[in-house]
Formats: sequence, structure tokens, C-alpha cells
Amino acid sequence: MTAMWTAGAILLAGLAVVITLWWTSRTRNDFLTQEQRITFETLHTAWSAAPPLRAGLVPEAAKKSAKHLRTLLGTPALALIDDTEVLAWEGGGDHHATDAVGLAAEVFATGRTRAFDIACDEPDCPVHTAVLAPLTVEGRVVGVLAAYSREPSAGLARATNEVARWASGQLELAELDRSRTRLVEAEVRALRAQISPHFIYNSLSAIASYVRTNPERARTLLLDFADFTRYSFRRAGDFTTLSEELRSIDQYLALERARFGERLKVTLQIAPEVLPVTVPFLCLQPLVENAVRHGMEGKVGPGHITILAADAGEEAHITIEDDGIGMDPEALRRTLAGQVGATAGIGLGNVDERLRRCYGDDYGLVVETAEGLGTKISVRVPKYQPGVHA
Amino acid sequence: MSSTYGIVAVLVVAVGTVLVGTYGLRVSRTTSDFFVASRTVSPWWNASAIGGEYLSAASFVGIAGLIFAHGPDMLWFPVGYTAGYLVLLALVAAPLRRSGAYTLPDFAEARFGSAAVRAVASVLALGIGWLYLLPQLQGAGLTLHTLTGAPDWVGALLVAVVVTANVISGGMRSITFVQAFQYWLKLTAIAVPVVFLVMAWQAHGARDLTGPELPVFPRETAVSFDTDTSVHVDEPVVFRGAGAVDGRRVEGSAVLPEGEHSVAAGSRLVFPEGAAVPRVSTIPFNTNETWALPLRGGESFPLYAVYSLIIATFLGTMGLPHVIVRFYTNPNGRAARRTTLIVLGLLGIFYLMPPIYGALGRLYAPELLMTGDTDAVVLVLPSRMVDGLGGQLLGALVAGGAFAAFLSTSSGLMVSLAGVLSRDVLRLRTVRGFRVSTVLAVLVPLGMTLLVGRVPVADMVGLAFAVAASSLCPLLVLGIWSTRVSTVGAVAGMLAGGVPALVAGLVTISAGGGNVFLARPAAWTVPLGFVVMYVVSLLTPRRVPPGVNHVMVRLHAPENLGLRSQDRL
Repeated sequence: MTAMWTAGAILLAGLAVVITLWWTSRTRNDFLTQEQRITFETLHTAWSAAPPLRAGLVPEAAKKSAKHLRTLLGTPALALIDDTEVLAWEGGGDHHATDAVGLAAEVFATGRTRAFDIACDEPDCPVHTAVLAPLTVEGRVVGVLAAYSREPSAGLARATNEVARWASGQLELAELDRSRTRLVEAEVRALRAQISPHFIYNSLSAIASYVRTNPERARTLLLDFADFTRYSFRRAGDFTTLSEELRSIDQYLALERARFGERLKVTLQIAPEVLPVTVPFLCLQPLVENAVRHGMEGKVGPGHITILAADAGEEAHITIEDDGIGMDPEALRRTLAGQVGATAGIGLGNVDERLRRCYGDDYGLVVETAEGLGTKISVRVPKYQPGVHA
Repeated sequence: MSSTYGIVAVLVVAVGTVLVGTYGLRVSRTTSDFFVASRTVSPWWNASAIGGEYLSAASFVGIAGLIFAHGPDMLWFPVGYTAGYLVLLALVAAPLRRSGAYTLPDFAEARFGSAAVRAVASVLALGIGWLYLLPQLQGAGLTLHTLTGAPDWVGALLVAVVVTANVISGGMRSITFVQAFQYWLKLTAIAVPVVFLVMAWQAHGARDLTGPELPVFPRETAVSFDTDTSVHVDEPVVFRGAGAVDGRRVEGSAVLPEGEHSVAAGSRLVFPEGAAVPRVSTIPFNTNETWALPLRGGESFPLYAVYSLIIATFLGTMGLPHVIVRFYTNPNGRAARRTTLIVLGLLGIFYLMPPIYGALGRLYAPELLMTGDTDAVVLVLPSRMVDGLGGQLLGALVAGGAFAAFLSTSSGLMVSLAGVLSRDVLRLRTVRGFRVSTVLAVLVPLGMTLLVGRVPVADMVGLAFAVAASSLCPLLVLGIWSTRVSTVGAVAGMLAGGVPALVAGLVTISAGGGNVFLARPAAWTVPLGFVVMYVVSLLTPRRVPPGVNHVMVRLHAPENLGLRSQDRL
């Protein structure tokens, strides 16, 4: 029976190793000197306050950051105030919160740090004096950091001022984050509107050429065109399923086939298990469009496009390949790095950026290409990612 | 025993699985037609695939062995394994699919938005997966041992290597068609021989299965002992042979009087036709008549044991990592429900077969009661009952089916475990991270297999079910049906249910049996998990995740209400 004990011990040891790995991957403990420890603790507190500040001046996040900011200043009470209300009051004496907006109005007006004396009848109230410092974003006062204490001191005023400046920096970063998000949203909108005029012109003339010779085909193509534009112009929802994205690609390719005829050859290999996977809206169609353009451009013979989607446990692996003229890797690298003016692979940079924002930097596009040797673009999509729903 | 055909069958299954896994998709799904390429997995295919992945060593060889040794109480194993899907269907299937989660840790995160809940669910899923993988490897060892006499670790190592190589090379990852094929292969492998076995039983005069006598040797039988075995003799028997009994060398004829005896490893004893079969001491005294009665399985609190088994198997299915991931393949919640319904039917048909092997085994292979290799009853019966080439081919079919069971269940588990390891433990979300994790995922259970002796396969699986039912089942059921569960409550409940169940189970395997409250812990650990999760949640209302109502709408609103897709132009 000792063998079985051993087996049990191995199972537990295995779990222990796993937990240890998990733990060490999160925390690293080293021995610190006194100064290092103080630096570490101060920065760590500041660091803990940063993420909620990065969410901007909203009540929910302000409550979280106020807690850390109070630790940082070591005052009995601390408040974050915007131009209309007290967003968060951390610590005791919160009956003074009602007066805080009035005090803050002066700071809003002048944009300078000010100290106030506060009268209070309650004997054990920790609030007798307050230092109010402005939180500024791009030179504009957006909020006030109020530090309350028993006795006025120059040190507190200076410390509060510095903390407010640091917090302002974080708020500016928050503003930057928001601008970036707006930019990406704008890019997605632009991408939706980016169905190229050439494509519309080419599709319509191809359809027109069938109207008399093959009215049935013309009708099918028109329906494909309608469905394709409806999908591309849809307003809401940042995500869709792989099967819907593929359906739109099918309509797109049907229209391109009407133009290129038998020259455009498509091979598909889609694992049915990955069809329900949630993917960012319009994350594959630009890649296919790119493949069609590079695969057919400057060519007389047929061009092959291969679309593969395989199941890989927790991820889906999607590959889009063409045997066309390829791209200049340097130019492509510049496009993916977001440099303006680079023209190789329009749309790829946007898809790459959106994938990275959704899933992290491990999940960018992988492009294998060289001039004259075709292009192969690989996308990995995790089957589940928090916050991602079709 | 007719090993050649059996070995060929095992090899064919192994190689065939690898080939179909590697090339199947390429052959079946390469097309230029979008209509063909975008066909989703139909509930029938998906249900077959779930059956293929689910019917493990425990189902294929373990249940028959337990029924053979302990009687009809063990019928609750197949009933529970099937009914688990009924609970899954009613309470979990559709909301789980709608949550968008791929694994159980994913569900924990989607529902609670908390890294801590996710981490605990990951560790539990890992532990359950390892416990479930262990009996698969053991079963493979047993099969190869029965076929060739090779040591137990050979089969375990073979399955481990084949599955690891496959998962790493990218083949055999939850490919629906392969797994669906495995179900039908297993059903064929267990059902076709049954037809012949019943015909043979009829031809031999349809002897009473539940007669009032002890199991007797149907013909002169040589019994070989690989390990030191303690046997109980209920009726004195004459035997001849070579070996050591009760510490004395025996050569030629001798009599075993009534009572306990020990037989040394390496002994080979020949018993005459019609002699009553001695039994291993762990198997209770039963004539064929009393064997067929309920609550005669030899436990000290048989009714408690039965109810505990029912709770573990009914509620444990939903916590098995490789079962949950298959639901993701369904396009929506409705398809998930349909799939589950079909699974119920498919499993129901399959589980009709093992009890027949168990019952016939008492007439035709009773010497397994003496060696304790009761799990081998499915493997030896066909060649025992059907003479000549036919019997050997049927034996090969059963062996191939058993091996398919080990391969498919192990590969499903390995993919799930490697996923959890690479994502939540190593935090390497790359292809290389997945490969490293796969190796890590197989080493732990393999190490345990090489050290553990023979524990009944179905008992080990029962333990995995008990842990799943006590920890992940409360998480799923309360997480889906209650808005009041807090993150603290979820973690506390999973630990309060899962840790005692795990410890009780490990103590039981280490001691090789013992106290029924530890051997079948589910009856007290499952309520413990549920109660702790709910009560702690009520005590910590501030830790209920924000946005819970939003999540609930997503889990419960049918897709065609259009509540979730605002995208119609």
C-alpha cells in the first residue's frame, strides 16, 4: 500500500508544483534594504492607485484610487472632487464632504493649491485643516485632490501638491487611452466604409454583364452584393462569429469571381469545431481582400487562394494564403508598425492592431511573404477571452 | 490466450486513430464550396463525439468488472454516468454554451470576473483531470497485460506516448469526426460480441445466471497468480499445480480447506471442473443467487454507499474538463440541449452491454474472482465462450474497442489539461507553451500509474466524479441559477467541497479501501460544497460581482430573442 501513498503524494506534489509555478509567475520576492523597501512600498502604492486613475475621474474608480492615495499621503481623510460632486471620500469625518465642493470651487477657479482651516464641533473629528490641489489635464482643471488632517503643515501641502501632479499625469494617460480607443473605433468605422469604390464599380459592371446573358446569375450576384454591404455596414457589435465572417467572405469572393472568372481559384479547409468561435468584426475580410489583390495582380494565369481554419485546443488557427506577387517585407513591417504613408497591405495594420488590443500582443498577425513568392497570413484567436462576446 | 489477433487489433486502433486524426480533416473538409465548408457540427455528430470521448476505460472494462464482483448495486455506475447528462441537460448545457466559455476556468471568469475564482477552478480542473487520466492509463496496462502478459506499465506508457505525440503534433485535437467514429467503434466492439456471447450461452443450455450455488469452474482451469494474493475458500477444493500456498511449496495434488489462504506470486494452480471458485478476500461471499440481490456488495453501509455513488455520478459529469469543452462546438444553446439529449440515448444503449459481460462472467470466467483481475472480464469472455477463430476475432474486437476507449478519453483529457496548464499556470499562450504543458500534463498521472498497484478502474473514476461533483458542480449550478453567489463564496464553496473529497479519495486509494465514508465521500462533500458556497455568499453580499444581472441575461436568454445581437441593419 506504500506505493499508493506515494501515488497520492505525487498527485499532491504535482498540484503543489503547479501552485508554486503559478505563484512565482505572479510575485517575485527579493531581499531589500530599508531604503529600497521604502522606495518599493511607495512606488507600489502609487502603482496600485494608477489603474483606477487610468479609468478617468468616475465615482467607482475614484473610490479605489482614493484608498491608495490616502495611504500614500498618510492623512486621516482624503477626497477626490470634480466640478459638481465629491467622487470619493476615504477616511473619517465624512460629514465634511458636503462643504468640500464649495472649497474646491476656488481651486477650480484659480488652478492653484490652497490650504483651508475647517471648523468642526465634533470632538474626535480628525478633520481640522485641508489642502486642496488641482488635478489638471492639458492645462485644464478637471478635479481636485483634497487631503485633510488635524494640523496644518507645509510638508503636507507640498506632498499633496506632488501627489496631485502625479495623479494628473495618470489622468492625462487616461485621456490618451480614451483618444486611442476613439481612434481605433474611428478606424473600424473607416474600415467598414472602406469598401473600395473600385470594388463597387467592378462588382456592378460584372453584374451588369450578366444581366442579359444570365439573369439568374445576375440576380444571385446582386443578392450577394446586398448581403455583403449589409454585413460590412452594420453598426453595432465589435464581434461576430467565424461562420458569419466566412459567409461574408463567401459573398465577397462570389463577386470577385464574377470579375475574374475561372482564374480565381479558392480552396477552403475549415474545421467545423471553430465555426462558433468569436472573432473581431471584419478581421478576416481585409486579409482575403489583400490576398485577392496580391494573388491576381499582374498575372495572366490562375491565382490560388487558400483559407484554412484549424482547431487547436483553446485557440483557433486561421491561415490565408495566396500564390501571387507577394509583398516587400520591409514595407509591410512599416505598415504594421503604423507608419503613415506606407502602402503595402492596407487594412493589415488595422486588423493587426485590433487583434492585439482584443487578445494581447501574443496574438498579432504573422505574415510570411517575399516579393514574387506569395503571401501567407496567420491569425490565432483564443476561443474564450473575457469581455469578448458575439 | 489468443494474443496475436488482439495485439493486431490494438495496433490497428492506435495507428488508425493517429492517421485519421492527422489526415482526416484534410481529406474530409478540403473543398472550394463555402456551403460545404461552413456546415457546423450537427448535434448528432457532436453527441457521438461526446460519447466517444466520454466512454472511458471505466465504462468499457470497469463497470463489467465491478458488476461481476459486487453485483447489481454497481449498476448505479452506468445509470449515474448516463443520468449525469440529464442533470447537465436540465441545469447547465445551454447557459454554459451561451456564456461563451470554452473551459471551466473560462466559465468561472465569465461569470464572476475574478482571477481568484478562475485560479481555484483551474487547479481543481487539473486535479480532476489527473485523477481521471490515471485509470485510463491503468486500464491500458491491464488490457495489454491480459493480451500479452506484458507488465502493467507497458500499456500505460504506450498510451501515454501515443497520445502525447499526437496532441503535440497537432493531430487528434478534439476533432469531432474522429471522436464520433470512436463512439461507434466502441459500441460495435462491445455490442457485437454480446450477440455471440448470448447465443453461445443459449447453445450451452442457457444455464441459470442466478442459481443458488457458488460460482464453479466451468471446465478444468489453470489459474496463474502475478502478485501475492490472499484468497478465501468457501468450499474445500482439490487442486494440482506448482507454487506456494500459505508459505509452503506445493507440487502435485493438494486440498485447499475452507478459510483464508495466501498464494504466492508466480504460482500456477489447476482446478478441476465443477469445483467452487475461491475468491479474493476483498470480494464478498455470495452465491450466484445472493450476488444478484441489491445491497450485497460487501460495504458496511450499503445504502449510504449507493446514495453517495448516485450523487457523485449524477452531479460529477458536468465537472469533467473534457466533456465541457465539447459543448463549445455547438453553434448555440438550443443545439447544446439537443446534443445532450442525443448523448443520453447513445450512452443508454452502450451501457446495456457491460452488465451482460458481468453476469456471464460468473459462469464462464469465475477464476478472475480468485486472482482479483475482475476488470479483465470483458477481455477474456469472448475467447472463453466462443471456440476457435470466431472467439479469437471477437476477443480482438473487444481489445481494440478497449484501446480506443483509453486513447480517445486520454487525448480529450490531455488537450484540456494542457490548455489549463499553458494558459493558467505557465502563462505561455503560445504553441510551444502548449507543447510543454502537454508533456507536463501526462507526466504526473504516468508517474502515479507506475507506482500504484491495481485499484479497480471504475473506483478511481468514481473518485474523480466525487471531486468534480463537490467542487465544480456547485460553481456551475449556483453560478448559473443564483444571482447572489459572491466571489468569496465561490472560492470557499469549491475548496470546502473539493478538498475533503480529494483527501478522502486519496486516503482511500492509499489504504486500498476501508471506511465507506471516505471511499464514497460525495454524499457529505457535495452538500458541504453547496451549503458553504451559498452561506458564505450570503455573508459577503458586497463581493457579488458587479454586472451579475447582465451576465444572467446572457446566460439565460435564448439566442433567437435577439437580445444579444443588436446588429440588424
